[in-house]
Amino acid sequence: MAAQELHPENWVDLYADYLFNYAVARVSDTDLAKDLVQETFYAGLNSAKNFKGDAAERTWLISILKRKVIDHYRKINSKKGKAEVRINYSSDSDAEGDWLEQQVADPFSKDGDNIMENEELGLAIQDCISKLPQKQAVVFKMKTIQGMSTEDICNELDINPSNLWVMIHRARTALMGCLNDNWF
Amino acid sequence: MKITCQEASNICNKSQYKEASFWDIVKLRIHLLYCKACKQYSKKNSELTSMCDRAGLTMLSKDDKERMKRDLEKKF
Repeated sequence: MAAQELHPENWVDLYADYLFNYAVARVSDTDLAKDLVQETFYAGLNSAKNFKGDAAERTWLISILKRKVIDHYRKINSKKGKAEVRINYSSDSDAEGDWLEQQVADPFSKDGDNIMENEELGLAIQDCISKLPQKQAVVFKMKTIQGMSTEDICNELDINPSNLWVMIHRARTALMGCLNDNWF
Repeated sequence: MKITCQEASNICNKSQYKEASFWDIVKLRIHLLYCKACKQYSKKNSELTSMCDRAGLTMLSKDDKERMKRDLEKKF
């Protein structure tokens, strides 16, 4: 089997959104996430010779990004004393519950599970979007993620509304099928 | 009042982005009463919308991507 080759010139188009979603979910800061994605691409380029071709390009990039996220947290925790967990009485008196016992996480809360599940869902959707034909993916993202109006999209891409809705229809149908296979 | 399945799916798609008119939605509702295929499609379509909302999708803007591409190309 021929080893896979890297195509850095396509990285931004193919993987930037996927990596960005991954990063945002972990650092919850869009600017920082942007930087991490950029650094990931640089690092990928620098260590391209280590790419053995036994993993898909995206999996390989994600593994680099993973390290970048860990490094980031290590860096912000490296100043002495920051790494230890400190619990103070809440400084703002508005906060509910004066006692520490009242501030611990609710053990019956499902929030954690939901957040994790939604994060995976986000990546699954991005994955499915990346399998769409380029044009459909662009239109779908503009409409669904950026929430742009039909008129603006038509102007920017120089298409007419019925064109746009046909593409949205095809994209949505494909996504339903893809998520059906990969998510449910 | 009768609409074809194609019109129905078109209205359904628009309504996912809150761009269907009131009368269109009435027409769609009536259509869904007797058309099983469209009912199924409509259900899946709403599911997709709610999944996209739940997942909190984000993306990089066009400018950001252009900048990234330029910066990356410098390093080739």
